[in-house]
Amino acid sequence: MNIHAIRAIYKFEMSRTGRTLMQSIVSPVISTSLYFIVFGSAIGSRIAEVDGIGYGAFIVPGLIMLTLLTQSVSNASFGIYFPKFTGTIYELLSAPVSYFEIVVSYVGAAATKSIILGTIILITSAFFVPLRIAHPLWMLFFLVLTSFTFSLLGFIIGVWADGFEKLQFVPLLIITPLTFLGGSFYSINMLPPFWQTVSLFNPVVYLISGFRWSFYEIADVNLGVSLLMIAIFLGVSLAVVAWIFKTGYRIKN
Amino acid sequence: MQTIISISKLSKTYSSGFQALKNVNLEIRRGEIFALLGPNGAGKTTLIGTVCGIIRPTDGTVNIDGHDIIADYRATRSLVGLVPQELTTDAFESVWNTVSFSRGLFGKAPNPAHIEKVLKDLSLWNKKDNKIMTLSGGMKRRLLIAKALSHEPKILFLDEPTAGVDVELRRDMWNLVRVLRASGVTIILTTHYIDEAEEMADRIGVINKGEIIVVEEKIELMRKLGKKQLTLHLQDSLGRIPDALANYQLELANQGTDLIYTYDAQREKTGIEPLLQDLTKVGVKFKDLQTKQSSLEDIFVSLVRNVS
Ligand SMILES: Nc1ncnc2c1ncn2[C@@H]1O[C@H](COP(=O)(O)OP(=O)(O)O)[C@@H](O)[C@H]1O
Ligand SMILES: [Mg+2]
Repeated sequence: MNIHAIRAIYKFEMSRTGRTLMQSIVSPVISTSLYFIVFGSAIGSRIAEVDGIGYGAFIVPGLIMLTLLTQSVSNASFGIYFPKFTGTIYELLSAPVSYFEIVVSYVGAAATKSIILGTIILITSAFFVPLRIAHPLWMLFFLVLTSFTFSLLGFIIGVWADGFEKLQFVPLLIITPLTFLGGSFYSINMLPPFWQTVSLFNPVVYLISGFRWSFYEIADVNLGVSLLMIAIFLGVSLAVVAWIFKTGYRIKN
Repeated sequence: MQTIISISKLSKTYSSGFQALKNVNLEIRRGEIFALLGPNGAGKTTLIGTVCGIIRPTDGTVNIDGHDIIADYRATRSLVGLVPQELTTDAFESVWNTVSFSRGLFGKAPNPAHIEKVLKDLSLWNKKDNKIMTLSGGMKRRLLIAKALSHEPKILFLDEPTAGVDVELRRDMWNLVRVLRASGVTIILTTHYIDEAEEMADRIGVINKGEIIVVEEKIELMRKLGKKQLTLHLQDSLGRIPDALANYQLELANQGTDLIYTYDAQREKTGIEPLLQDLTKVGVKFKDLQTKQSSLEDIFVSLVRNVS
């Protein structure tokens, strides 16, 4: 195992995050605050409670998930796409590092950033609404696993992308809508039956539901199903990464 | 001499269907400076990229220090430093960080003293805290060399290291290469500057259209193919070569004012003396003369022309 290489890549990626610290940390704090003002105050004054939880508090897990998913995907995809774009990937390809080490370090760095952001949003939320975390360990488990899984997805997108449009396509046109429609800001139960059924095809519903359960012990779907969905996500992503490296897809000529 | 890199039946066909390397066989000797010469698009970068693990070979094998580059990539890649042809660098990293990063990437524990030495050797020490984007082109080139040397490689690939580099930096680069060789590093450089190969290399390989067409000691190559030319600037121009001189390899140039004699400089008898005597006999007078050894460039041009 080339520990020095993992450390070097991880450090490099984290310092990239550090350079854009303002943007990385300030922007989620601001946007979270905005969500609370817009959704919490404006809509929250009409929807007092969802499943017995104050509306402002209800949306916290969804808000965190929204950031985790979009940030994990965009960070990890950028992290591997950029060296491809500038050509500096030559160094990575000529170095004595295994594919496993490459994935661990890039995905690890992207996931770390997401976890930090999730924590910041959690703390920011505490200033606006009364928070309660019924199962802190489960909460952490969902937070970490989701960050890694979607960073892995981001890595795949970064490898696949051959232009900046594609890089932005998936986060913007797939992840964000799925998250908004996945019950970030409402309970699936509030929808008409037809749309409830449709929602069940949205994988993000399961993530948000499980995450919210760890806070308030309320869930749209069974906890076991949520866990199974994350496991499937992770499994599929891992399989695709393994395939990419086996074939050199879009990495090596 | 011991072989350090052994390339055997190496072929590369890109996904576009273009065959950039055709059954390349090549041995690089430990501690030598090997110059790979070839026109643009000959396959130099492809060959280097394949040896370094950036490009997948379609066929054939490469061994470095006894290890296969695919089965035992960790062992082989640890030995190799690569300076790419293109100036590909990060923009926002500092010089110090990017060189330290390279060392770590190649599995070496941090060693600030070594990084310091490398940066000083490449006159980058006073730039160590600068962001890469503030460096000039020449400095970026040196930075890429510093990155390649950060992990103390035994073999260094330089892909057109002096392309677009000013004369002074070229001299510095040549000196650096000599110092590295003296410390036991094997160096493979590609270039299309013939004088660079002539100046630096122990051996020269010529590649054209994906095929190695000759590999030879530089001195041997020049001797084998090296012809000398004697040019006589005549007092009066000649319409044609006098019959009495038909036995010599002579040509007229410059509207008959220059008489050119081509001969083999390595031969015992160059034929210059009898030629001059015969010229006097037929009454051809000259005011000046000049000899010229054919350069690698001439050799190269004639080689490439012969093959194509
Ligand atoms: N990724 C690629 N796909 C298809 N053809 C390529 C690719 N890279 C290089 N080539 C072609 O392969 C040939 C050799 O290229 P290269 O090795 O870069 O030559 P050199 O370094 O000697 O100038 C060229 O004709 C080039 O157009
Ligand atoms: Mg080239």
